[in-house]
Amino acid sequence: MDLLVPEIGLLVWNTVAFLVLVFLLGKFAWKPIMKAIHDREKNIDDALNKAELAKQEMARLTSQNEELMKQAREERDHILKEAKALKDSIVNEAKTLAHTEGAKLIEKARIEIENQKKAALAELKGQVSTLSLDIAERVLRSQLDDKAKQQELVNNLLKDVELN
Amino acid sequence: MDCNRVFVSKVRRLIVVFALFSVFLGFRATAFAQADTVAMPSGEVAAEAVHAEGHGEEKKEFDITSFIFHHIGDSHSFTLFGHGEHGFTLHLPVILWAKGNLVTFNSSAFQFNDDGKVVVEKGGQKFAMAHNKIYYANETADAHGSYVSHTTNDKGEEVVTNARPLDFSITKNVFSMLLSIVVLLVVFLVVASSYKKREGKAPKGLQSFMEPIILFVRDDIARPNLGHKAGAFMPYLLSVFFFIWLNNMLGLMPFFPGGANVTGNIALTVVLATCTFLITTFKGNKYYWGHILNPPVPWWLKPLMIPVEIFGIFTKPIALAIRLFANITAGHILVMSLLCLIFIFNSLWIAPASIFFAVFIGLIEFLVAFIQAFIFTILSALFIGMAVEDHHH
Repeated sequence: MDLLVPEIGLLVWNTVAFLVLVFLLGKFAWKPIMKAIHDREKNIDDALNKAELAKQEMARLTSQNEELMKQAREERDHILKEAKALKDSIVNEAKTLAHTEGAKLIEKARIEIENQKKAALAELKGQVSTLSLDIAERVLRSQLDDKAKQQELVNNLLKDVELN
Repeated sequence: MDCNRVFVSKVRRLIVVFALFSVFLGFRATAFAQADTVAMPSGEVAAEAVHAEGHGEEKKEFDITSFIFHHIGDSHSFTLFGHGEHGFTLHLPVILWAKGNLVTFNSSAFQFNDDGKVVVEKGGQKFAMAHNKIYYANETADAHGSYVSHTTNDKGEEVVTNARPLDFSITKNVFSMLLSIVVLLVVFLVVASSYKKREGKAPKGLQSFMEPIILFVRDDIARPNLGHKAGAFMPYLLSVFFFIWLNNMLGLMPFFPGGANVTGNIALTVVLATCTFLITTFKGNKYYWGHILNPPVPWWLKPLMIPVEIFGIFTKPIALAIRLFANITAGHILVMSLLCLIFIFNSLWIAPASIFFAVFIGLIEFLVAFIQAFIFTILSALFIGMAVEDHHH
């Protein structure tokens, strides 16, 4: 059968033409095309990787921010607590101080009053003695004539004085 | 694993297609059987019969075998439309290496004669054309006016006994193949330039049409078989794939730039398979040769296995060449046979069925055109992959 016997001329033309085709396409088409496709795929991969990294960085930053916020909040709470304690202690101290001061003042006042009272009593005593002498003088003047009455009066006066 | 899954699904698909195809091949055989009953070899009658429908030459007996073989064979002229002097034919140049001389002339010198009745004298030598082949012409014509001697071989076929010059003519096949090369070069140089122009950007236009196919060849053909070595063989595999595919498709076109049976000609498939054979042979590493010359079998099997393995080196490319040739030729024969049913039954009523089946087969042939390009490429990749594989099982 003719079909299965290759023609020499066709073989030669096919060989030459196909080799030229492979050479030309390989050099001027497949090489740049495959390179461009490869580069683009690499670019896309890189871009995706970078996006992934950026996402991770973002997540890291967010968590960091949250951490910072949390810390700040804790610090604020801490400071507030401290301030409250300080305030309390100051108030307490002031209270104690006020108490002691008050107590001291009261004590002073009491001592003063005591002193005043003593002074007043002493004066009173002086006046009483003066008064007594006065009374005695008057009584003596008015009732000096009657000896019995004088005696009675003196006795009564003395009784009164003793009561005082 | 992932690649393997893709491959398995593809193989399954191929099996379905081949099952369909084999059904139609069976059908073809019956068509042939019918054809043989009416066969009566005569080149002229066959050629005339192509246009019998239009010219009312129903009286002539129709030789389907030579008609079909005329169609799938090579030719020195390219008929655009019509027939012979009534139509428009592109006469292709004849280039002969005849007894040490280069002889060139235009094939129109044969005046459409295809049975040796017209002698062309050029460079002191006489040539005649019979059955689309050029022979040294006899000095005198025989009883039928033919300048070539015929004899009948043991199969009952009429063959020409004259000697032939070395024929380097630009035949229909060569013309069509060169045209396909020009098309491929233009298309892919344009695509390559748009890759340069639009560097790093999304593909556009022709580029975006070709890119998925290029990626298909790379990801589904080269990488599963060649792994990280795919890059080095991509130019060859891509060239083979697009070259076969385009020529298959051109062969299916019934009018001018197509119509030549380029990939259905053994000369082309042999060249392609030889390229794959040479790559596997020269790129084969020590594991590949080790597997052939010292196969990992018990010692007593080696005398059997070594010749089998060595035989295998050659059967693989031969199978490649025969597979592509047989598939494409069978497809052409099938479509032609279906159309010829009209002439066999000599009735216009058969035409609707005939055309329906021919269109149906034609559509399947579009699929086969792609599948055969795919199979040739994937088997080339597989054979090269086996030759350059690093590790050893």
